Amino acid sequence: MTFADLAAALLVPVLFPPLLLGVIARTKARLSGRRGPPLLQPYFDLARLLRKGIVRSRTTTWVFFAGPVVGLVTALFAALIVPLGARGALVAFPGDLVAFAYLLALGRFFTIAAALDTGSAFEGMGAAREAAFSCLAEPAAFFALLVLVKLSGSLSLGEMLGPSLPALWTAGAPSLGLAAISLFVVLLAENCRIPFDDPNTHLELTMIHEVMALDHSGPPLALILYGSAVKLFAYGLLLVRMVTPLELGSTVAGVAASLAGLLALAILIGFVESVMARLRILRVPSLLVGAGLLSAFGVMLLVG
Amino acid sequence: MTTAVALAAIACLAASGFAAAGARGLGAALADRIGAALVLAGAALGAFSAALALAGHGDQLVLRTSLPGGALVVGVDALSALFVLPVVVIAAVCSVYSLAYFPASAHPREASRLRVSYGLTSAGLLLVLVARHALVFLAGWEVMAIAAFFAITAEDRDPEVRDAGFLYLVCTRVSTLCLLALFALFWAATGSLELVPAPAGRIPVALESAIFVLALAGFGLKAGVVPLHVWLPSAHAAAPTHVSALLSGVLIKSGIYGLLRVVSLLPDTPLWWGESVLCVGVVSAVLGVAFALAQHDVKRLLAYHSIENIGIIAIGVGLALAARATGHTEIAVLALAGALLHVVNHALFKALLFLAAGAVTRATGSRSLDALGGVARAMPVTAFFFLVGAVAIVGLPPLNGFVSEFLIYSGLLRTVATDTGRTWLFAALSAPALALTGGLALACFAKVVGAVFLGEPRTAAARQALEAPASMLGAMSALAGLCVAIGLAPFLIAPALAAACSTVLSAPSGVLGAPLAALSRVNVGVLALCALAGVGLGLRVARGTRGASGTWDCGYAAPGPRMQYSASSFAQLLVRAFAFALWPRTHAPRLAAVFPAPDAFHSEVPDVVLDRVIQPATDALALALNRLRALQQGSIHAYLLYVWLALVTLLVATGVSD
Repeated sequence: MTFADLAAALLVPVLFPPLLLGVIARTKARLSGRRGPPLLQPYFDLARLLRKGIVRSRTTTWVFFAGPVVGLVTALFAALIVPLGARGALVAFPGDLVAFAYLLALGRFFTIAAALDTGSAFEGMGAAREAAFSCLAEPAAFFALLVLVKLSGSLSLGEMLGPSLPALWTAGAPSLGLAAISLFVVLLAENCRIPFDDPNTHLELTMIHEVMALDHSGPPLALILYGSAVKLFAYGLLLVRMVTPLELGSTVAGVAASLAGLLALAILIGFVESVMARLRILRVPSLLVGAGLLSAFGVMLLVG
Repeated sequence: MTTAVALAAIACLAASGFAAAGARGLGAALADRIGAALVLAGAALGAFSAALALAGHGDQLVLRTSLPGGALVVGVDALSALFVLPVVVIAAVCSVYSLAYFPASAHPREASRLRVSYGLTSAGLLLVLVARHALVFLAGWEVMAIAAFFAITAEDRDPEVRDAGFLYLVCTRVSTLCLLALFALFWAATGSLELVPAPAGRIPVALESAIFVLALAGFGLKAGVVPLHVWLPSAHAAAPTHVSALLSGVLIKSGIYGLLRVVSLLPDTPLWWGESVLCVGVVSAVLGVAFALAQHDVKRLLAYHSIENIGIIAIGVGLALAARATGHTEIAVLALAGALLHVVNHALFKALLFLAAGAVTRATGSRSLDALGGVARAMPVTAFFFLVGAVAIVGLPPLNGFVSEFLIYSGLLRTVATDTGRTWLFAALSAPALALTGGLALACFAKVVGAVFLGEPRTAAARQALEAPASMLGAMSALAGLCVAIGLAPFLIAPALAAACSTVLSAPSGVLGAPLAALSRVNVGVLALCALAGVGLGLRVARGTRGASGTWDCGYAAPGPRMQYSASSFAQLLVRAFAFALWPRTHAPRLAAVFPAPDAFHSEVPDVVLDRVIQPATDALALALNRLRALQQGSIHAYLLYVWLALVTLLVATGVSD
């Protein structure tokens, strides 16, 4: 790995993610006929929050602050596991896809614990939904990754999504297609986008992710917002790498292609959020189970 | 020498309770300490013996007797040693914990009996692990099983405890029956009761399969795999907490050990053995955690998690057997090492969780999740240890649970990547099932941590709880420290795992080094980054806090502790999703008239297998057997007739067979 590779692999997951939120917001604004906030608004928001003071609930303990910290650190670590271009990722070893899933799970555990630490019924409700939906999303994600494992014969994301990716698409395009669709649904669910959760809703009763951060303010809230952007980046990068089997020689071209793909994904998410409504909470499990079945079919197609 | 040390350890453990009971005249506190000191001494000897065996100095002792069945053999090899280690650690830690948790001064009636049965249970367990002869094995098995019955029913004035004990007793009898049949078949096939690998082709296939099925049933009952788990939840809930920790941490693992030992005696195993163990493991893991999610009693909940973790271990064992059958040695080593490490890990974190939960129960007087809350402020150290145990049991980095689950995942994924037979399909279905299990376990422990330790206290008892005494906290800190150590430096135990694997598999060395080193880097990295960011935020919070207020409850003016999201509500979405297996019973208030009468919502999830299958079946059996009462005449003539008939039948039967 050259110095340029290293710098890109380290800096892009740190600096790029909030832009995705800006692009989604801009897309939604344009589709509803508004001009929308600047693309860099999420960065301004983070800077403002980091400068602000903190008001904490008397009910809370140190766990309340561990949630934002662990959520951000695990998301960043997970983002380092996904290869940015064909050159491989910063953190790569056989089985790293398991570490990817379990790191994000660690972040989720502490986010939920921080929400429960406030003793609020609303935050408890959001935490329960987060726990329940991610349970169902996890098998779907694993089936999707198993398609890659079976096709590539490798256990490392860097090799699965590396130079051999075009060959995988010629070998098992239907399976990979199903896995990609399923992974997109998982991405929407895990990052609390419509149709699973509406990040812009005003009613605490219907929220999932937003309601879990109701009592956080100032820098901890900044860490939560930043962490969720990084998580979106990590999942998005996984999906984008999977569906763009391009052979690009140079690092710069590979990274640029991935980032362009991510921006396209952000526009797609904005589009989905503009044309769809949030599902009823009780309907969400069937959509996730459906996504799991889709990628399970993808695995079954590889029999023989 | 290794085996002699192990036998000395067994003697120490067995004597500990009797010594404490004998020393009662010297004062309750001193008697307690004498008992605990003997357990510690036995544990130290056992650990020394295990270390010797893992360093390659395993040996055997032969006791020549005139008993039928040949000379009695005991020995310690690497597989035994790996199971001995958690047994001695948990026995020692729980015995220190019991000094404050179950002192003889507070329980004059039960303490002596409990100490005797506790010592005998751990001694019997060690005897099982060092037995190399079927008779020794069965003797150890029986001592362990019966002593555990008395340990479970220590507080037998409670009818629930008596019921739980009886259920356990019945199950352990059936288990022993299966093992008797198993060893009888082994003896019939090989002509020896010594537990040495049979030469390939010596045992006919049908007989071999029968032995395997008996092992799966007998050892599965002890390990508590679904659907043979029925005794486990109530026994764990009924026993004193340090006994629950011993039961769940190490006693049920004797089932896994037995299965591995028996399989190591049979060299060529067909593929379906591994696949069936794998399926049993998947079902146990998913259903175990689903049932756990629906529990309101923290000890029952932890007991169901034992079923889940036994399932995870069984997934590893099953995959290893399947890989052994198909010749994928590296996969077999990964899977078996993962399963063995999970045996050790589960002992550590499950005992930790039980001890922390016991400390909360002792301080608040309640095991019900919905009656606690906010305990983290009254008992911060206990809360921290419970949190460590929770992160470990969910299998999250950077702790030890992640390491063992990762090894099992590696085996599964590698099977998917390289296997070309039918086993990869089993693996492809098991990996997402394991992921689902992980997700459910996360939800379940988020629920427990949230309901017990976080938020506002729901009762006065939870508000006024006092932190546990130092001896109990010390016991917990030892277990938590081991959980962290294995998580951060798993490569240190790689040689021990490899040695233990080689007793079941012909293992190539060096498969474990690379993944464990990589995991170590990830775990250390995550912990360091979290610590760094935590310190950063902590400083910022200290500088920038503008005040404290009540929790924002969306404009409601007077939020109370009872308005918090309860454990039952937290789990409700998932319990509903798994209603097809859990069959939850709910009583919802019905609002009938304009002024409805007061009513309460109530929900419970009883054990489906016990309530819907075993209970009806045994009721029907009891009814059918009632007809045999006609034989009980009460007249001596009738009984003499039965004796004569039996004698004639036996004479005829033996005459025919000759």
